[in-house]
Amino acid sequence: MSPDFLKLIFGRLTIESLPLHEPIVVGTFAVVATGGLVMLAGLTYLRLWGYLWREWFTSVDHKRIGIMYMILGIVMLLRGFADALMMRLQQALAFGGSEGYLNAHHYDQIFTAHGVIMIFFVAMPLVTGLMNYVVPLQIGARDVSFPFLNNFSFWMTVGGAVLVMASLFIGEFARTGWLAYPPLSNIGYSPDVGVDYYIWGLQVAGVGTTLSGINLICTIVKLRCPGMTMMKMPVFTWTSLCTNVLIVASFPVLTVVLALLTLDRYVGTNFFTNDFGGSPMMYVNLIWIWGHPEVYILVLPAFGIFSEVTSTFSGKRLFGYTSMVYATVVITILSYLVWLHHFFTMGSGASVNSFFGITTMIISIPTGAKMFNWLFTMYRGRIRYELPMLWTIAFMLTFVLGGMTGVLLAVPPADFVLHNSLFLIAHFHNVIIGGVVFGAFAGINYWFPKAFGFKLDPFWGKLSFWFWVTGFYLAFMPLYVLGLMGVTRRLRVFDDPSLQIWFIIAGIGAFLVFLGILSMLMQFAVSFLKREQLKDVTGDPWDARTLEWATSSPPPDYNFAFTPVVHDNDAWWDMKRRGYQRPLTGFKPIHMPSSTGTGIILAGLATAMGFGLIWYIWWLAALSFAGLLVVGIGHTFNYHRDFDIPADDVIRAEDARTKLLAGAK
Amino acid sequence: MSRLKILALLPLAAALSGCDYVVLAPAGDIAAQQRDLVIISTVLMLLIVVPVMALTVLFAWRYRQSNTDARYEPEWDHSTALELVIWSAPLLIIVCLGALTWMGTHLLDPYRTLGRIHADRAVDQSKAPLEVDVVALDWKWLFIYPDYGIATVNELAAPVDRPITFRITASSVMNSFYIPALAGQIYAMPGMETKLHAVVNHAGSYKGFSANYSGAGFSGMRFNFQGLDDKGFDAWVASAKSAGGSLGRAEYLQLEKPSENEPVRRWGTVDADLYRLILNMCVETGKMCQSEMMAIDAKGGNGHEGLNNTLPLAYDKYARRGTALGPEPSFVAGTCTPDAPQGKTTASITAPVDMAPLLGAGLKRPSFTPLKSSSFFLGLRPKSDS
Repeated sequence: MSPDFLKLIFGRLTIESLPLHEPIVVGTFAVVATGGLVMLAGLTYLRLWGYLWREWFTSVDHKRIGIMYMILGIVMLLRGFADALMMRLQQALAFGGSEGYLNAHHYDQIFTAHGVIMIFFVAMPLVTGLMNYVVPLQIGARDVSFPFLNNFSFWMTVGGAVLVMASLFIGEFARTGWLAYPPLSNIGYSPDVGVDYYIWGLQVAGVGTTLSGINLICTIVKLRCPGMTMMKMPVFTWTSLCTNVLIVASFPVLTVVLALLTLDRYVGTNFFTNDFGGSPMMYVNLIWIWGHPEVYILVLPAFGIFSEVTSTFSGKRLFGYTSMVYATVVITILSYLVWLHHFFTMGSGASVNSFFGITTMIISIPTGAKMFNWLFTMYRGRIRYELPMLWTIAFMLTFVLGGMTGVLLAVPPADFVLHNSLFLIAHFHNVIIGGVVFGAFAGINYWFPKAFGFKLDPFWGKLSFWFWVTGFYLAFMPLYVLGLMGVTRRLRVFDDPSLQIWFIIAGIGAFLVFLGILSMLMQFAVSFLKREQLKDVTGDPWDARTLEWATSSPPPDYNFAFTPVVHDNDAWWDMKRRGYQRPLTGFKPIHMPSSTGTGIILAGLATAMGFGLIWYIWWLAALSFAGLLVVGIGHTFNYHRDFDIPADDVIRAEDARTKLLAGAK
Repeated sequence: MSRLKILALLPLAAALSGCDYVVLAPAGDIAAQQRDLVIISTVLMLLIVVPVMALTVLFAWRYRQSNTDARYEPEWDHSTALELVIWSAPLLIIVCLGALTWMGTHLLDPYRTLGRIHADRAVDQSKAPLEVDVVALDWKWLFIYPDYGIATVNELAAPVDRPITFRITASSVMNSFYIPALAGQIYAMPGMETKLHAVVNHAGSYKGFSANYSGAGFSGMRFNFQGLDDKGFDAWVASAKSAGGSLGRAEYLQLEKPSENEPVRRWGTVDADLYRLILNMCVETGKMCQSEMMAIDAKGGNGHEGLNNTLPLAYDKYARRGTALGPEPSFVAGTCTPDAPQGKTTASITAPVDMAPLLGAGLKRPSFTPLKSSSFFLGLRPKSDS
């Protein structure tokens, strides 16, 4: 066959693009492929495909979608953490003339992939998943505003993850660092497919994130149950609202800046090139105008989780609800005024640097106020040390350290000596692990019984907790120290042998975290096996305070048979206190949205289009794009978008719950 | 678990004593002032962080469920006095820290000429500062001493107590110029110039490196910075002079090609205009300098004639071979420069034409040949105007 013909069919994808001569990658591929095949065979053997397709993949139920987001986040955590372990091992080995075991080509892909995956495909899905699951329940709604859009958003996120994962086995990933600064990411210096995988992976996932943000804002603004004024919303709902406002206002910036980079790479424009008047600094500004709010997108929902958990497990109203809300709003606004602190060292003048340094510090005031609010929620409480509360205490002790080093880095002259050093790495892992990851774990342990009807096993949970916490400190405190020794980030080999001990300690820490992750997986497995013992029939296993605990665990498809009416911040607590009686009669048919496969099909087409564009397979890109239009327009003619759950079904579900509750007493 | 922690701490204690906390114990006055700010800010913040951590532990212990002696007030959720305290305490700290930041940022602005060389010594005005032009290349550092007409790769020296003025740029991608013992870092960016003023107070050999990832050879972008007394510095300059060799435009274009872990190199003479040409991205003859382009643009540009003033690009650093769909790569041609009068430009592109693609150390790079579709996006451009 002629090369031209092959190029027409495969673009620049050749047999050489497959890393067949790389034993590590081939080994990984073998393991992943075998695991995947076993799973596929298992699903086929158990005849689960139809079930999965009908009940999960095409489901528009916010609860199912929330759970799928969580699964995506945890699966991608394994990939992102494998990258972390490889980096730690490389840095612990590459001393005294040793090159370690990874060459630059590999190592540079690994640290880029680690950052991209952990932020976009671990932290974001975990946070979005929790918001998706909990917010409609907390505001007494039956679903989100746009259920089909929600399904589509989820699958677009998956599509982005698929592209990033594909780069492991087909071609390569970017070797640019997780924000892909030009000129390095421009075609002149990164001519291969890595940056294109980065661009299209993020663009596809970014569509999902933006739409999901719009969806949740609408849900919170429009679907609150009667009586729930803005200042009676649970704090988690408040932080979710602020997070989604941030998403909607900042993700378009990411989309645009990546689109401009795409134009530079594909059609030869000069937005970020060195020549022809391009300005790489413009990229750096734009990407951080998205990037800084992104940090708060991740951490605000975690703050919300800690608020719910602290109040529930202290058996006490949240201290300073109003100031908590205002603190959240202030953080939301201020997060747009600080982006330049990521590049004080790029030559801005002193006044500009001071301005952004001081705005950054000001954020610590509302954050500090939040910290005190949690403290005084515990004050004169009766604290039950269940797993969510353990994670919360670990968060409070860890996050203040990360916050402190963050404010330190906001002092421009201090940043000049610590920027890009391992001190910075320690700082942002300190806040992201200590804040977002601990928050997600608190949330998982807290809401798991709601989602599945049984609690998570406390033994393996505590084991996981202690491994994570000690592992975190062992892994990152040495990096603070190394930063003070002037060691910079992303180095592959080192010349000073006295540094090695610190990297070895950090490596041990990472290994402990690995044990923590294994314990968590074990916790899920053991809890599933012991689900009868851990069963929750009341729907309110923690004696909690907000509306999601008013319904059964797991909630019925329609969440609430009757829309609740709210009179208090802690709506469910208030209902319990006033002797709320569950209605047992008068059920009516419930109007619900129908499942649809359009979301997954559209996302599949978008992913195929991304793949075509990455490899210059133009026919595939064009065909998928046409397919997107056809399916998208076709879906507007789908008039079977909703149905009514018959009153009989509602009665049956509610009667079953009545029996369960009677049995519990 | 605690036993594990203690075990892990043993080597820590041993390691602590032997380590070089260069950020906390630098050899230059600027870095020392930056260190002071790090410490003062940390102490200021500890004023609030320590109580918060202590209260967390205290409340977590005192109000545990099993302690039924502790007061339990499930409805208590507001106290105006407490709210005032928890908002104003961090505010006060930030007011102090903000004032410190404003002053410190201005005083330690890397663009600001030095007022002192040490806490108790002013700058000796009779001595001119040492000027050094720094260029980050793939993947090594080029230092040009315009006053002495010498240049080095991966070696920097300066006399003790004499202020140094760095002018910093890069040839291709972003790097960050950082000598922790001397002063905080500043980025080196192509087509842009940053500045750094610093002084070294103690003789010795210190590490310098790039603090911003710049590609495959990034780990090897290390150099030694030597603080020397006046006599030692003169001897160092003399030895560089005697190294001979001349760094001109052609040699530079060879030098800027990517290479890793470069040894120290010295040149006895250097093209006096080289740094300006590098900064303006016009070392290749025939290419218009940024400064000329900006001067033309500032006067309204060349109109339609200016649009077509481009030449086909034979070489752009090491890998640019065009885009997927866009125009063939080209650059803006010099309209008239003293050494390349108009009409001769196209003939004299002396950039090394090495079409071999750069390979990563591991994977073979997928073959990459741009499609030769016409430039529909930007419109057709004549390839040359000669």
